[in-house]
Amino acid sequence: MTAHFPVITVLILFPAVGCVGLFFIKRSPMVRWYTLGVSLGELILGLPLAGFRPDTPCFQFVECVNWVPGWGLEYFVGIDGISLLMVGLTLIVLPLCVLCSWSCVDRRVREFHCSILLLCSLCVGVFSALDLILFFLFWEALLIPAYLIIGVWGGADRHRASLKFILYTLAGSALLLVAVIAFRIEGGTFSIPELMKQDFPPALQLWTFLVMALAFAVKTPMFPFHGWLPAAYSEAPVAGSVVLSAVLAKMGAYGFLRLCLPLTPLASHLFAPMMIALSIASVLYGGLMAFGRSDIKKIIAYSSLAHMGFVTLGIFLLSMRGLQGALFQMVSHGITTGALFVLAGLLHERSHSYQIGQNLGLGRYVPAFMGLWGFMAFAGFAFPGTGNFVGEFLVLVGAFERSVWVGATLVPGAVLAAAYMLRPTQRMAWGEPSRARGWKGLNVREWISLLPLLFLILYLGLAPAFVFRVMNPTLNRLVAVSEGIRPDAMTTTIPEPTLLFEKGGGVGVMEREGR
Amino acid sequence: MDTNPEIINSVRPLLPVAVTFASPFLIRVMAGDENRREALSFVMASITFLTVITMAPAILEGHIYSFTLFTILPGIRVGFCADGLSMVFALISSFLWILTTSYNIGYMRTLREHAQTRYYVCFSVAIFGAQGVSFAGNVFTLYLFYEIITLFTYPLVAHYQNREAFEAGRKYLVYLLGTSKLFFLPAMILTYVLCGTLDFRLGDIHKGIFPVTANPVLVISVYVLYLAGLTKTAMMPLHGWLPSAMVAPTPVSGLLHAVAVVKAGAFSVCRIMLSCFGLDSLDRLGLGTPTVYVAGFTIIAAALIALTKDDLKARIAYSTVSHLSYIVMGVAMLSQGGVEGGISAIAHDAFPKITLFFAAGCIIVVTGSRKISMMNGLGRRMPWTFGAFALATLSFIGLAPASGFLSKFYLITGAADAKQTIPMVVILLSVLLNMAYFGPIVIRGFFLPPRDRVEMGQYAEAPMTMVVPMFMIALLSILIGFYPQTFVDFVDAYGRFW
Repeated sequence: MTAHFPVITVLILFPAVGCVGLFFIKRSPMVRWYTLGVSLGELILGLPLAGFRPDTPCFQFVECVNWVPGWGLEYFVGIDGISLLMVGLTLIVLPLCVLCSWSCVDRRVREFHCSILLLCSLCVGVFSALDLILFFLFWEALLIPAYLIIGVWGGADRHRASLKFILYTLAGSALLLVAVIAFRIEGGTFSIPELMKQDFPPALQLWTFLVMALAFAVKTPMFPFHGWLPAAYSEAPVAGSVVLSAVLAKMGAYGFLRLCLPLTPLASHLFAPMMIALSIASVLYGGLMAFGRSDIKKIIAYSSLAHMGFVTLGIFLLSMRGLQGALFQMVSHGITTGALFVLAGLLHERSHSYQIGQNLGLGRYVPAFMGLWGFMAFAGFAFPGTGNFVGEFLVLVGAFERSVWVGATLVPGAVLAAAYMLRPTQRMAWGEPSRARGWKGLNVREWISLLPLLFLILYLGLAPAFVFRVMNPTLNRLVAVSEGIRPDAMTTTIPEPTLLFEKGGGVGVMEREGR
Repeated sequence: MDTNPEIINSVRPLLPVAVTFASPFLIRVMAGDENRREALSFVMASITFLTVITMAPAILEGHIYSFTLFTILPGIRVGFCADGLSMVFALISSFLWILTTSYNIGYMRTLREHAQTRYYVCFSVAIFGAQGVSFAGNVFTLYLFYEIITLFTYPLVAHYQNREAFEAGRKYLVYLLGTSKLFFLPAMILTYVLCGTLDFRLGDIHKGIFPVTANPVLVISVYVLYLAGLTKTAMMPLHGWLPSAMVAPTPVSGLLHAVAVVKAGAFSVCRIMLSCFGLDSLDRLGLGTPTVYVAGFTIIAAALIALTKDDLKARIAYSTVSHLSYIVMGVAMLSQGGVEGGISAIAHDAFPKITLFFAAGCIIVVTGSRKISMMNGLGRRMPWTFGAFALATLSFIGLAPASGFLSKFYLITGAADAKQTIPMVVILLSVLLNMAYFGPIVIRGFFLPPRDRVEMGQYAEAPMTMVVPMFMIALLSILIGFYPQTFVDFVDAYGRFW
């Protein structure tokens, strides 16, 4: 038995430890370079995740240490196909956040980068925690750096925005702890894989589902729990908007996948129609609100509400196609919306305004910027060939498979997406009078931060097989679990539990031995 | 007749698409030197045509080329195929691109148009889209390129960047993108739900891909969604975008709105009807006759509206709306002659139609006016232009052996095959209406005295770069009648298993 490289722990700790180094650096440019180095280091440290075995639904790279034995608390982390994609997304977004803040954050630079690094640590923690208490701790802790990022480095209305954000999310997650304790009392453990093997009484499932769903619906956000979204997304600094929309919003959906579906399958089925209705409302309401905005960041913010509506809809279709679409959409939306916020930030650096009316006629003076914006806007409304199309297509297929009416209700959302993305694009490209004469085109740093995202969007849109290979076994298990088939009964899809630190490939355990 | 077409896995259908994909980038690189930029357009257009025509012999022998570029999901791929149907549209759009490039140069330079590089880039992207639509091997690829055409012709429609152009552009997007999202996308999704694949059935136009067991109401709904989503066909009542889009520069109206864009719509309808539903399904579900009625109504109603227009481009636009429905009506007859007539009309009507637009462009460049009522005597100052216009008119009123005659001949034969009277009446009535709305323009030009002799005396022919390609295409529209089987052979190769 050989211990494998504790990659998850390293990914959680490395940015946090990196924060310490920041306090020894005084000059702002050095802080930026240093943080960029840490974020790239984090990306490199994530390379062992390439050893992930996509042929099994089990948790891999597992690390488990007794933490408070008396209470049954463990430091228990590991990833499956869902977590891998989310951790990957976090690692990609981190350097993007650093690059897009390069010239727009000019006060408390150290503290800002410290918050970004901490946020990254905690996000990886949330996506890899396999212990409910650990999950909850990471979940709550990340509110602190997120709050600081909005409240300290945000726009003019930052205090109200950050307050709204913290109140909404705290209110949502306060009851989550109650559900966590209830699962411990009923299931005898905080371990998520262990809890997944148990059938909980229907009454417990019903109320815990509602409690958890509230927390996750606020975070996603879903209509009508989205009140914090417009202010937070538009007032946050660019990096904050990027991380909020690309990663934090995915945590809500991740919570549904990680906890609601496997732990409360009965309630998930029972409340699925309600969740579907709320998802469709999110898609249509988000689309309509985005269409009516003249502030570019608000358009992207409301478009996120609409896109996340597709995600939650896909999840609560409770079918393989729906789940595939939802997870795929989480990844591709994270990248697309991140890129759109970065582009909005670049625009703000030049025009000092997010208003469309202040950013007209760019096609003539900054054509490369406009080309990139056009591409990302196309991706934003799920143009075929981009990652968003694959995700939305699968969700729509799942919706039509469930009911033609569910699918038909969703279609206007796709039309709205085209409308709210093309309207600003058209005005930004050709509108007059233009103030863009003399604006600088994209510089090398800006190209470097955006081009990889462009290729990723195309890759996801044209060759998504790898992503499906990673997610399919896990989602298959999730579908089975949500239908009441417990992992223990699925001997064909889940290998026998193996040793914690298995030999070979740097891949740890998949399923823990009896506890 | 051979009943086993050989499907050859080959990269060849990708080549024209790849060439047209590269051209906008190269044109952008050459932005600083207009001579090189325009020469490059010529070269790329010629290479595209060559890559298409070299496939012709094998296709005529009944072979089908197929190539998968990316697999996205099981049953969904970016894939290309070249069969007889592809060839008809691809040959026309690539060949006319060459001549249009010459016309473009004359038009854009004479009028000293702004944003010429953007214009050429978008123009070539639109041709890329048209090639992609031609060689699409499945509904997804068709949808992808269909959308590319829509989005990249928008800057061409809104080229003048004035209020009228933006309004037309907005209408263009609302109609084309709106309907494709609202109808085409759900139709594609339902196809996938019902069939498990979006691949066309190649080499057999009878069976289609829908299982016989599929819910007929759902299949009929999907068919209606496709027809409503493919608005580029401009079937009534979803035709409003086309006359408005005539605000675009004339070469755009010529190649794109007479050939590449609208014919991409008509072609897509043919492809969906024949390679997705199949003649048997359409017949079994009784979808042919209602489609004939809708198309027939469009043919007559649009022709009647054309009669009322004094704006030359608007009149041609409504004639386009009318003529496009020939294609749909032909295929909807579900008979051999109908399918032959409908599909070959894609090619047969393209030559005279583009001639009309080019002639209109020459008149606009010279006089700055689009009013038909002001064209008295203009034919004597611009004999080549009005001569070409007259040749195209003869073609549309079905004078043998012009290409327009061929399409009508095949369609009437098809109607007779299908024992349908209404299509015959529609076509004959349409011929009379064509005569009524095009004939007076020629008569005004050549035989009526000018209203202002002094002003008329200032006018002369448009630049040769415009007149020569226009007249060449006009001649071709007549010459093609001497080789009536040219395009029909491709159609027969496509649907050779009657």
